[in-house]
Amino acid sequence: MRTTRSFVLLALLLVVLCSGLAARIDRWFMCWPGNHEASLNPLDVMIGSAQKLFAGSFYREADVYYHSGYYPTIFDNRAAFETAHMAEDTGAVASHNQGDEAGFMGPPLDFIDAFNRYFIPNRHTHLDEGGPTDDLSKSQDVREILPWLKISSELDPENVQTYIVTAYWLRTRMDKVAEGEQVLREGLRHNPNNPQLLYELGLVYFENYHDLPRARNIWEAALRCWTEQMAGKPDSEKLNFDNKFLLDQLQTHLALLEEATGHFNAAIAHWEQAKAVSPEPDALQKHIDDLKQMLARQTKAPAATAH
Amino acid sequence: MNKIFAISNVVLLEMYRRKDFYVLFIVTVLITAVMGSVTFFKDAQIVRYLKAICLFLIWASSLFIAIGATARQLPAERESRTLFPLMAKPVSRAQILLGKFLGCWLACGVALVIFYAFFGCVAAAREHQWPLANYFQAWMLHWAMLGIVVAMTLFGSLVLTAVSSNITITFIATVAILFVGRHLHQVALSMTEPSAIIITGLYYVIPHLELFDLRDLIIHDWPLIPWGIWLIALAYAAAYTALLLLLSWLVFRKKVLQ
Repeated sequence: MRTTRSFVLLALLLVVLCSGLAARIDRWFMCWPGNHEASLNPLDVMIGSAQKLFAGSFYREADVYYHSGYYPTIFDNRAAFETAHMAEDTGAVASHNQGDEAGFMGPPLDFIDAFNRYFIPNRHTHLDEGGPTDDLSKSQDVREILPWLKISSELDPENVQTYIVTAYWLRTRMDKVAEGEQVLREGLRHNPNNPQLLYELGLVYFENYHDLPRARNIWEAALRCWTEQMAGKPDSEKLNFDNKFLLDQLQTHLALLEEATGHFNAAIAHWEQAKAVSPEPDALQKHIDDLKQMLARQTKAPAATAH
Repeated sequence: MNKIFAISNVVLLEMYRRKDFYVLFIVTVLITAVMGSVTFFKDAQIVRYLKAICLFLIWASSLFIAIGATARQLPAERESRTLFPLMAKPVSRAQILLGKFLGCWLACGVALVIFYAFFGCVAAAREHQWPLANYFQAWMLHWAMLGIVVAMTLFGSLVLTAVSSNITITFIATVAILFVGRHLHQVALSMTEPSAIIITGLYYVIPHLELFDLRDLIIHDWPLIPWGIWLIALAYAAAYTALLLLLSWLVFRKKVLQ
């Protein structure tokens, strides 16, 4: 009887001791910077920053679906798939791809390899062009990439490309402009003032809503954000391939918008800026010269009518 | 032949009573239903992710059923000592082996029919089409592949002492072939001798189970494989199954059973 009471007391003592220690450690843990529980996201708690790795895999999986399964593995030559084609085709992402995208498998190594190719997707196709059937009326099948992009953006909300790609396909192939805009705004909530997202949002207003003043405001905001973010950075980084591409796109679209609204002087100014970073400066210069000539004719014409 | 069918019938009945298939089927249905209830961007026609998940579960379940059930056949008979009364009857060891193989393989085939019917229903509910010929090709090749796996497991149960080690080794070998079997020759090209020659040799010797995996073609709605090529693949599976059964028989006929 006495022994039982001693054990009960000992157990009580241990419970009190454990609770006290837990309370003490919990207070310290809550203040610890490495505490993932602070985010209240179960994925943060379970896998932490490994989420970004999974997000990358899901993003790649979306591109695999874009190719209907015809995609290089880690054993194949991936030079032509460095930039996801589903992102490259949006026109908003700079391409780093080189080589033959249709023949990454190369010639068959042996008879087993040759035979094997009947049982796997063996032709380069894009879902927006009809996929394996080559039926252009099925271009809405590009919707199949969306689940993977959604999961990827949930896991890595800081990857702006995911939002851009999702929004592009939603608004261009699936006629879901509102959903596309919502995706971009969600991206901007996670990545405030991101010039790439602002550029894509401007496109929504320019191409889909035809709200030119608002598109201009958004693109000008994107330019301001780009300039602020590049301030103090060395020229090598400021004018790297991706940044030059974005600046070129912004200036070109602003110039097109100004042309559409009849502000040719402003358009010429933007074309001049675009020329500085464009891979085809000669073509732009020719367009600028044409615009200048047209402006000169316009200014001469009223003068002649006055005489 | 009747004796082989009689033994295979007993195996089928045993598999029918076991709960492995039911549990795996219910798990597949539940996971597919949960994943199917999710809608992305209010679009109810998105289906390929669901087909991928469902087919992955079907493949995992079928491997589990095939390896798990076959690995237990001969060791269980030996442990419960029911193998001896069986062998006391006018039945040869080859017939026992073939009966066990046929029973397990048929059970896998029946399970696959149910799994693929469920898959077809899931896909049809969203796609509103039923490419039966594609499903038939995929099911038949899947079943043929399971024939090789069942024969491999049967061989493993004769050369490995413990059921658990047989299940583990066969499962790892099968999954490894499915994932890297196709690329072994390519890997060997970037290696130095003697590893290059060993890997190349391995590439030519292993049964290329990945040939029978038509999941990508089914998920992404690729057209049918030419029927001639499909028949060659079936013949390839039959040849490997026969080879593995022959090896099993060579071990089994001399095996001292205690």
